[in-house]
Formats: sequence, structure tokens, C-alpha cells
Amino acid sequence: MSQAIKIKSLSKSFGAIDAVCNISFDVGYGEVLGFLGPNGAGKSTTMKMITGFLEPTSGTVEVNGHDVLEDPLSVKRSIGYLPEGAPAYGEMTVKSFLNFIADIRELSGSLRKNRLDEVIETINIGTVIDQSIETLSKGYKRRVGLAQAILHDPDILIMDEPTDGLDPNQKHEVRNLIKKMAEKKAIIISTHILEEVDAVCSRAIIISSGKLLFDGTPEQLISKSDQGNIDHAFRNITVPSK
Amino acid sequence: MNGILSIYKREFTSYFVTPVAYVFIVIFLFMTGVFTFYLGAFYESNQADLEPFFRFHPWLYLFLIPAISMRLWSDERKSGTIELLMTLPVSITDTVVAKYLAAWSFTAIALSLTFPMWITVNYLGNPDNTVVLASYIGSLIMAGGFLAIGSCISALTKSQVIAFVISVVICFMFILSGFPMVLDLFEDWAPQAVIDAIASFSFLTHFTSIKKGVIDIRDVIYFAALITFWLYVNVVIIENKKAN
Ligand SMILES: Nc1ncnc2c1ncn2[C@@H]1O[C@H](COP(=O)(O)OP(=O)(O)O)[C@@H](O)[C@H]1O
Ligand SMILES: [Mg+2]
Repeated sequence: MSQAIKIKSLSKSFGAIDAVCNISFDVGYGEVLGFLGPNGAGKSTTMKMITGFLEPTSGTVEVNGHDVLEDPLSVKRSIGYLPEGAPAYGEMTVKSFLNFIADIRELSGSLRKNRLDEVIETINIGTVIDQSIETLSKGYKRRVGLAQAILHDPDILIMDEPTDGLDPNQKHEVRNLIKKMAEKKAIIISTHILEEVDAVCSRAIIISSGKLLFDGTPEQLISKSDQGNIDHAFRNITVPSK
Repeated sequence: MNGILSIYKREFTSYFVTPVAYVFIVIFLFMTGVFTFYLGAFYESNQADLEPFFRFHPWLYLFLIPAISMRLWSDERKSGTIELLMTLPVSITDTVVAKYLAAWSFTAIALSLTFPMWITVNYLGNPDNTVVLASYIGSLIMAGGFLAIGSCISALTKSQVIAFVISVVICFMFILSGFPMVLDLFEDWAPQAVIDAIASFSFLTHFTSIKKGVIDIRDVIYFAALITFWLYVNVVIIENKKAN
């Protein structure tokens, strides 16, 4: 299993707030890493540093051997990223938005057409393709964000709360999609839905107040609870003094 | 290059999917008309040229260009799309340039739609069309100067209103520094070189000379340097302050 992402002693402070403190971990191909933690734990901040949106205060991020500060464009080319809240240009139609992403990702010819067709089909956005994004429901907006992230069939997928705002059926679809893609990719998803970890992740990391508190398989996580319950294990780890 | 082109295309078409572009163009045409015919006394001047038309362009741009530029970056911040944009494989410089060029192209379209003015003056008399052409080019270059300021300022804030107000103020200073009233303030105590330097910073000084029909390389260099400077600052701002 080769390493897709290598994170060493990563820290980020916003003024007096230490959002991420000295976190290190690697992610390999074939892994689906669940990034867990309470609100404000530093999950999004970590993802923003991996994708090159935020500069770390200290520490390094390497993606496929490229340092994110030294070679940001190579890093950005190999990553598909769904930012928190799935931002997209509201005035654009879904179709023109995806075409814009295809332009930037330098997809052309039959590959472009195939990818667009395939993604629209798998993400199930064919019915809203000519609708402007600002008129979409939250669930569809999130799907457009997903479509945007996987359009260029990236090696590495980073998704910040990909199932947030989806109904149970849509959640199920997205989890299946992630599982289907998992084999050849390195995937990081953040979530606070713990059942998701068991359902799709091969590994879980828990951070709280910017510190890494747990790194292991979902089974190892569950074994942290004497009740064999993942919620209980999560509370044991993130609320230690009780 | 691909990145610049893709973003340029997206930005440029985005002007036309909302009513903003059409509203802007109508206001622009209406205002040029009002200024030219009422304030510029176009008919009364009995001269077949477009000087009364171009004379007011700096003042029109003072308010209309910040109205275009205010959304360039503020909107990306406000809607969060800046995070999407900044994690796509395009450099910040390319993105800044692409957005700027799209806004400038849009301005060029608005300006070119004033062509009935040019037809009218040719119908009424025999204007020197090279002067008219030089004035159009000068006006467009000047608009580019205003836009670079506006783009840079809009990178500073989430709020389009704040971006608008600050841009107007700064653009106003760039117009004002060529005014006799302002220069008089320095007359008594500042050396002539300083006064010339202040005057040379004014859009008016440079536009006035282009408007006479000669595109002096010094005027072009002035605007090119000004645009480069503000876009450079724009890049630095985004680089250092991507998230809020
Ligand atoms: N741009 C910012 N400026 C100041 N503080 C921030 C900024 N972004 C995040 N934070 C702070 O950093 C901490 C971690 O936030 P975040 O990474 O968004 O958490 P999570 O995604 O795990 O909910 C929070 O305390 C948050 O308030
Ligand atoms: Mg978050």
C-alpha cells in the first residue's frame, strides 16, 4: 500500500486559537479514512491545509510526494475536494458548472464526455442538470459538490461532511459511491455521524481541540467501549474527564 | 493558460446570466447620454466632435466601475466559492488576471454600445475620427485603471457595499489629484517637481492628453504600471488572506 498523503507535525493557529496542534498521519491508497471529532475540533482546518487552501503555521503536507507549499498545482491536480457546505456558483446551471470544472481539469474530447455522463449518472443529477444551482435543494447542492470533486477521477478524494444535509436514501447512495471508489483511491471524509465510520471507513481518526486522540480501525475504536458501542467509545475518547 | 481561459470564460458569461449586466449597460448608456447632452451641451457647442461625451467618462467610471468590480472577490468570499476556486489547479496570479480581464471585456462591451453617439456625430458633421478612436481607446484603458483598483479592494472584504465605497473613494483620489483646486493646495509650499508628480498620478491628466487624439507612450505606460501595481497587490492580498 503506497502512501498518498503524508502529514507531519501539522499545526495551525488563528491568532490565539490553536485549531490544529501537531498532528501527524499518513493515508494510503485503498484506505477510506474517517475523520471524526466534535464541532470545532479542527477537521475542516486540517482538510483545508491538505488541499492547499490554508497554509500551515508549521508542519508539512505531502501529496503523492509533492509538498503542498512547494508544488501546490501538482497537489491540486491529484486531489478532488468537496469543501464544507459544498460551495458552488449559484447563478450557474449544474451543466455549465460541471463544464467549467471539466475545463479547469483539462478534460477534453471523448474522455470529457464520458466522465461527465458517468458522473451525472452515478451522482444522479440528470434531472436538475439545466437548473441553476441556487434553486437546488440542499441535498442536490451537495451532490453537485460531489460531482465536481470526482469529475476528473482523482487519485485522492477529500470530502468535508459529504453526507451532511442528505436524506437517509441519499446518505446510503453516497456511502455506496465512496465504497465503490475506495479500491484505487485514498479517501478522507469528515463526519460526525458515527455509524458512517462503521459503514464505509477502513480507518478512523479522532481529533478534539486540534489534538489527535485516536488512530485505528473501526473495530479498534469500538473496543474502546466496554459496551461495544461506537458512540460510547467516541465519548470515552473525546470527553475523558467524567 | 488553460486556467486563465476557463476562469475568464466562466466569469465573462456570468455577467450575462443575471440581469446585472443588462441593468448596468442600460444605466451606462443612459448616463453617457445625460452627461453628453445636458451637462456637455453637445448640441450647443456646435462642434462635430465627441469631446463633451468623453469629458465625463472619468466621472461615470468613478461610480460605475466600482459597481462592476465590487463583486469580483467579495462575492467569492461571501459565498465560500473562494475555497473551491483556490483548490482548483490554477495559480492565484492566473485567477486574478482572468477575473480582471473578464470584467474589462464586459466594460469594453458597455463602452462599445455607445456607438450611436459616434454615428450621430458623423451624421451631423465631420469629426476627426482618429481623435474619436484615440478617445475610445483612452477611455477603455482608463476604465482598466479603475477596474484594477476596484478588483484589489474587493479582495479585502466579504461585503460588496464596503468594496464599492472604498473603491469609489480611492478612484476619486486618483481623479482629484489632477484638479487645479487640489494642486493649488500644494502650490505655495511644495516644489514644482512634487506638484507635477501629484498631477501625474491623476487619471484626468493622462486621459486629457489621450483625448486630444495622441496616444502618448507615457500615458500608456502610466496606466499599464498602475494596473500591474493594483493587480499585484490583489494577488498578495488573496495569497495571504484566502480564508477570512
Ligand atoms: N478562519 C478562521 N479564523 C479564526 N478561527 C477559525 C477559522 N477557521 C476555523 N477557526 C477555528 O478553528 C477551530 C477549528 O475549526 P474547524 O476546523 O472548522 O472545526 P471542525 O471542522 O472540526 O468543526 C474552531 O475553534 C474554529 O472556530
Ligand atoms: Mg468542519
